[in-house]
Amino acid sequence: MSLALSISGLHKTYPKGNQALKGVDLEVKEGDFFALLGPNGAGKSTTIGIICSLINKGTGKVKVFEHDIDHAMEAAKSCIGLVPQEFNFNQFEPVGEIVINQAGYYGIDRKLASQRAEKYLKKLDLWSRRKDIARELSGGMKRRLMIARALVHEPKLLILDEPTAGVDIEIRRSMWEFLKDVNQQGTTIILTTHYLEEAENLCKHIAIINNGVTIESTEMKQLLAKLHTETFVLNLSESITQLPASTEYQFSQVDDVTIEVTVNKEKNINDLFALLTSQGIEVISMRNKSNRLEEMFLQMVEQGEL
Amino acid sequence: MTFKEQYIAFSTIVVKEVMRFVRIWVQTVLPAMITMGLYFVIFGNLIGSQLAPIQGYSYVDYIVPGIILMAMISNSYGNVVSSFFSAKFQRHIEEMLVSPMPNYLIVFGFVGGGLARGLVVGIAVSVIAMFFSDLQFHNLAVVLFVALLTSILFSLAGFINAIYAKSFDDISIVPTFVLTPLTYLGGIFYSVEMLPDFWENVSYANPIMYMINAMRYGMLGVSDIDVNIALAIIIGFVVVLYSYCLYLLRNGVGIRS
Repeated sequence: MSLALSISGLHKTYPKGNQALKGVDLEVKEGDFFALLGPNGAGKSTTIGIICSLINKGTGKVKVFEHDIDHAMEAAKSCIGLVPQEFNFNQFEPVGEIVINQAGYYGIDRKLASQRAEKYLKKLDLWSRRKDIARELSGGMKRRLMIARALVHEPKLLILDEPTAGVDIEIRRSMWEFLKDVNQQGTTIILTTHYLEEAENLCKHIAIINNGVTIESTEMKQLLAKLHTETFVLNLSESITQLPASTEYQFSQVDDVTIEVTVNKEKNINDLFALLTSQGIEVISMRNKSNRLEEMFLQMVEQGEL
Repeated sequence: MTFKEQYIAFSTIVVKEVMRFVRIWVQTVLPAMITMGLYFVIFGNLIGSQLAPIQGYSYVDYIVPGIILMAMISNSYGNVVSSFFSAKFQRHIEEMLVSPMPNYLIVFGFVGGGLARGLVVGIAVSVIAMFFSDLQFHNLAVVLFVALLTSILFSLAGFINAIYAKSFDDISIVPTFVLTPLTYLGGIFYSVEMLPDFWENVSYANPIMYMINAMRYGMLGVSDIDVNIALAIIIGFVVVLYSYCLYLLRNGVGIRS
């Protein structure tokens, strides 16, 4: 399968001397749903900015569907749809016009642009607001407007920089379904997010960038397989004054009726409950302390890998 | 992009720009009509009626070409500088930067908007002028040529100002401290031949003087300078500023880190 995006040895130093990228390497296959993760300031947005020509490239190679951005920037840009982190549309323009004009910038005639705008605004539940001024929309609607705008020229590669930031859980989940659908239609998607649950649910491959360097780029399953332990939060029926005695599990107390237990991947959960039962402790509910990817991410931080 | 796609992209920007200034015509077209109408009343009628003719024309007739051109200059410039800076400020210029549009189309689009506003205001002020003067066209081709090129030139200048501007103050400094003085000293209200030799020679360094005189030649048939030199200078400035706009966009000055 061909590559939707190929980045090698990408470096970027801003004019004030801040070295944002010190060697980013990425390969995203056509049709992939790809997560690009990293802490704040890691270089994710700079990488995306360079791909979309919003930031001047330093050194290195960037190819979008084999179009080198140094030599065929226009061809590369015609393949990309960008949903940036910050709102970047004219706040005083009607919603429908924003989407139709964007199509115009790609050379799509107004008739087809209007049809596409209707299609995507309807899919993203914004059709009824098409005549409203953009600044009258809620935060979640503005994010969806940027998705509709990015899709109106039907790009082969959709890049979303934290598309669900500040969006409530219900709309977030509907956006996930929409993006899954877009991906299934054949559009390659690159997603950056701070909601690791989002990346785990949606993405097949993942890359982690920190301090301007790619430190991991692999399949989601392979990365999660590296997770050796999982932490659960247990709610107890009665308060306890002493943590359960065990050499195999690590317990810590949250409050009188809540404890946390870290379980090694090789250990059996049934054994954990047997141990608790033998010590007269009754568990009334249980949940993961954090999702698996988040746990992996945090472990890598603690191990100093980030 | 194919030629047709480029045309669609170009017309998208122009239509958007025209709709913008038409929607707020009270702020964009009407003020020029009122201000220039006041010039005609005060300088043309009240004061001008007390003055001797200049180069064979009554004072109000003499100042009409310069006043029309002054309105076109300030409106072409103002349209592009405010629109492009606003696009930068709100970051929706990125809508164009991420698209496959070549840089020259972005320049053409914004200049097209500035040109449209310049022409609309020029026609509106000409209509006002008809209440005070008999509009004459000694050479209509020269009038149209000068009007078009001058609007294009100052649209390009507004584009450059907007690229460098970092705040709203920066887009008013050039019109206030450069454009207005050069326009007033460009011979709208007088012939440079009326000045002492030193100031007459200084006036020849003012590019706007050539535009006003070329316009005056087109309308009245009189000019302080050779109209061919004036047209050559205007074309030269258009080429230089257009090239500079492309250079700035290509290097991302003011719009890309």
